[in-house]
Amino acid sequence: MSFESAMLRLGGSCMNLGGVEVSSMAKGETLADTIRVVSGYADAIVLRHPKVGAARLASEFSDIPILNGGDGAGQHPSQTLIDLYTIRQSMPLDNIEIGLIGDLMYGRTTHSLAYALARYNARIHTIAPKGLGLPDSIHDNLVEKGAKVIEHDTIEEIISELDVLYVTRLQRERFPDPAKFFDISQGYRITPSQLSDVKEHLAILHPLPRVDEIDPAVDNTPYARYFQQARNGVPVRMAMLTEVMR
Amino acid sequence: MTENNPENTLVINTIRDGTVIDHITAGEALIVLRILGITGSTSECVSVATNVTSEALTKKDVVKIENRELKAKEVDRIALVAPNATINIIRNYRVIDKKGVIIPSVLMGVLKCPNPCCITNTNEPVLSRFEMLGKKAVCSYCDAVISSDISTHII
Ligand SMILES: [Zn+2]
Repeated sequence: MSFESAMLRLGGSCMNLGGVEVSSMAKGETLADTIRVVSGYADAIVLRHPKVGAARLASEFSDIPILNGGDGAGQHPSQTLIDLYTIRQSMPLDNIEIGLIGDLMYGRTTHSLAYALARYNARIHTIAPKGLGLPDSIHDNLVEKGAKVIEHDTIEEIISELDVLYVTRLQRERFPDPAKFFDISQGYRITPSQLSDVKEHLAILHPLPRVDEIDPAVDNTPYARYFQQARNGVPVRMAMLTEVMR
Repeated sequence: MTENNPENTLVINTIRDGTVIDHITAGEALIVLRILGITGSTSECVSVATNVTSEALTKKDVVKIENRELKAKEVDRIALVAPNATINIIRNYRVIDKKGVIIPSVLMGVLKCPNPCCITNTNEPVLSRFEMLGKKAVCSYCDAVISSDISTHII
């Protein structure tokens, strides 16, 4: 896990307590108890947990910092900080036009990123298959927070206006019919031919791993930032750990 | 109430000391008691009248609790089901204090989160926590939103 390599690079050490299924929680211990015990052993806890809100609960029972490494379908703040940092390497974060494409219903990284960018006055363009658009509650929440959210049927209608294009994977299991999956996914695939008329500084991001949402030929264009984004994972997590243990 | 009208003989007695919750939305009295944590096994002497004819509302419920003065903070959460309720504190047969109810901005342990994946729907030792944003209740743990029929989510 990249938090471990971040901690090791900072000169610290890690105790990996393993998955919920192998730790004492498998014996029925509550997360609250586990946290109270572990917070006596460590200087910070990175928590990944299948239930939404687990990190918040943990923070209420811990005397040491809790870093949310992902809580079920909830937030994914470390990925969001990496995404923000990657964008920031190319352009200021304020007032950007960002396109979110792919599975926006279950893709929690896009939710966290959209919330973060709402604070920077972003215009958020969504391109998703029917039934996989942003959940209504998140859409409404973003609008209440001052973001502009604009839905599009195809990537072609908006790509030339974007500063950032954030691509996520369409999961085959969301489509009952494999033939349909193939047809639909073609419309959400980024290829070099779509990039003929884009802004010069367009940054294409993807939380990886990708399957075929981005044609490998795009890797050689100046717009591809997803490998840089992946490499940013360690320094951003180092920064998070440093910040909470100051 | 209709104390002076012999045709409408009192449904329930006046009380000497305690709390009268009046103008409860008709049919909600039992839920109000549940929200207040008053059950048959607690010690209060409680009278309940449902579907009483009133002037302001067509029908209302009334709850009288003897020898216990409820604090506004304790009863505010009944505003979820009975927004027009009034709380009358009675001492020696006289109303010494009368207040309406306001939905609190934070509800602790009142609503069950509708999200089955929420950490509050597990055996963890926490109360559910909802923040009221206008007419919506938002779970502080998973951001689930209850936007209609809030009372059906009462624990
Ligand atoms: Zn919840």
